[in-house]
Amino acid sequence: MNIKTTLHELAAQLASKEISSAELCRACLAEVDQRDGEIGAFLEINRDNVLKSAAEADARRAKGETLSEFDGIPIGIKDNICVKDERCSCASKILENLNSPYDATAVERLRNQGFIPFGRLNMDEFAMGSSCENSAFQKTRNPLDTSRVPGGSSGGSAACVAAGFTPAALGSDTGGSIRQPAAFCGVVGMKPTYGRVSRHGLVAFASSLDQIGPFTNDAEDAGILLDAISGFDKMDSTSLPGNAGGFADAARRGSESGSLKGMKFGLPKEYYSGGIDAGSAKVLDSAIERVKSLGGEIVDVSLPHTKYAIAVYYIIATAEASANLARFDGMRYGRRIEGKDLTDTYFKSRGEGFGDEVKRRILLGTYVLSSGYYDAYYLRAQKVRTLIRQDFENAFKQCDMMLTPAAPQVAFKFGEKSDPLQMYLSDIFTISLNLAGTCGIAVPAGIDEATGMPVAMQLLGPALGEAGLLQATAAFMRA
Amino acid sequence: MESDINIKYIAELARLELSGEQTGKLQQELERIVGYIDELKEVNVDGVEPTAHAAALTNAWREDVVKESFPRNTMFANAPGVINDTLIKLPRVLPQEEA
Repeated sequence: MNIKTTLHELAAQLASKEISSAELCRACLAEVDQRDGEIGAFLEINRDNVLKSAAEADARRAKGETLSEFDGIPIGIKDNICVKDERCSCASKILENLNSPYDATAVERLRNQGFIPFGRLNMDEFAMGSSCENSAFQKTRNPLDTSRVPGGSSGGSAACVAAGFTPAALGSDTGGSIRQPAAFCGVVGMKPTYGRVSRHGLVAFASSLDQIGPFTNDAEDAGILLDAISGFDKMDSTSLPGNAGGFADAARRGSESGSLKGMKFGLPKEYYSGGIDAGSAKVLDSAIERVKSLGGEIVDVSLPHTKYAIAVYYIIATAEASANLARFDGMRYGRRIEGKDLTDTYFKSRGEGFGDEVKRRILLGTYVLSSGYYDAYYLRAQKVRTLIRQDFENAFKQCDMMLTPAAPQVAFKFGEKSDPLQMYLSDIFTISLNLAGTCGIAVPAGIDEATGMPVAMQLLGPALGEAGLLQATAAFMRA
Repeated sequence: MESDINIKYIAELARLELSGEQTGKLQQELERIVGYIDELKEVNVDGVEPTAHAAALTNAWREDVVKESFPRNTMFANAPGVINDTLIKLPRVLPQEEA
């Protein structure tokens, strides 16, 4: 059975009784058994739960009571998204044995359509990293070249879909953690507009930036998952009011027409002033030509504050992280290392529970929030964030979406970026979008000749512009 | 500004135990990162309002109604220590009195 296919194709096969959910899930488990020892996408899979859910889905289908056409299709879940009665560790020692008592809203909504949560996907600890090398438990390797990283922080999710372990997966994106690994592994990865998808049950890293989104094999599948998980949730006071939907339909329009006529694509000049390797630049050039040949109009735009985005991000994200991660103290849950008194127990539990990158970011965040530095760093960063947001608003007056690189280079090799600042700087093309709070998607665009690794283009949309992005992505990928 | 970073004091605030080796390494790394983020000082932010959140939502109200929460044992199952199935066991907060 071919699992490396789309949700809509699997839905058709389930409907025609060509396959059952149990067969599909067993095939996914067999693929994992055979190849995940090498790749390391999964931290754990609760097989009994998966097979039980599959049997239930098949029973519903036999009675004509399917929850949706996707009833019985497995979806991989990043390990910072809660799945009831399964562990949720954020790839951190401090939460290694934490059992989630509830489903994240996104997971609950997947279940409402009959999708089956399938396993815990590896990630950089607490989603802090760009290569998955910061997991406390294991390496995840890029399925296309196992000497290379899958990207991060949602590296397990990207590797899972690229390897064909499940047809789709959920990840989270705080500064590019969906789009960059999707680019590195050659799959579609979307970061929805801030507030589109409830963050309830997503372990918080930087609350004003975090957003859950899909990894899929095509644009329509991204729309299908976004249709399922988006919309207001009373459990997340930052979720946007009202229902959301029509995303899969938008993608279908794109793949049917195969045309980009009437769409204006902005090229922000700051994203094209060097800084990407020659092979990626070549693929991107040909992607721009393809957009033109499909009828898309190309215009020049500018995002003048781009050069400050990384500094702003690493102040705001670490400040929020230092506050969010204060709750992990070994008292009510998580790993406790007993010290000589209460305070010492805090120090030891956190000192041993967190890895180096998490410590680095907690310390940076604590520093920029500490007395005497708050105005100079944190408040100033929030003001520059306003300027970055305004850059995006101005650019979208001149175009429907922007077309940019997704990463400065193709997937790099393990250990290649050992300097933390160097690793931070590699996020330059994805990070501004989270600060602006709008939506973006990484779209497979071609192969780098020198390495044979995939290169993505990134489409950046205005707030609530997901339908336009998906329509354009579908038209582009059909061509 | 770089020399101002007192890593031991920050780690104290953050309740993080660091080894001697870690302290030195993190001191250096943080100095470099703070040196980098110092570039924000060149931006003119006069009259610019700060952005705290991407979505301009304020005051999300909800009805004040009682609803069922999680069963106690479900939540206690994750606690490092429990007393009589009713209390979470914590380290001593106040120092023991001298006898």
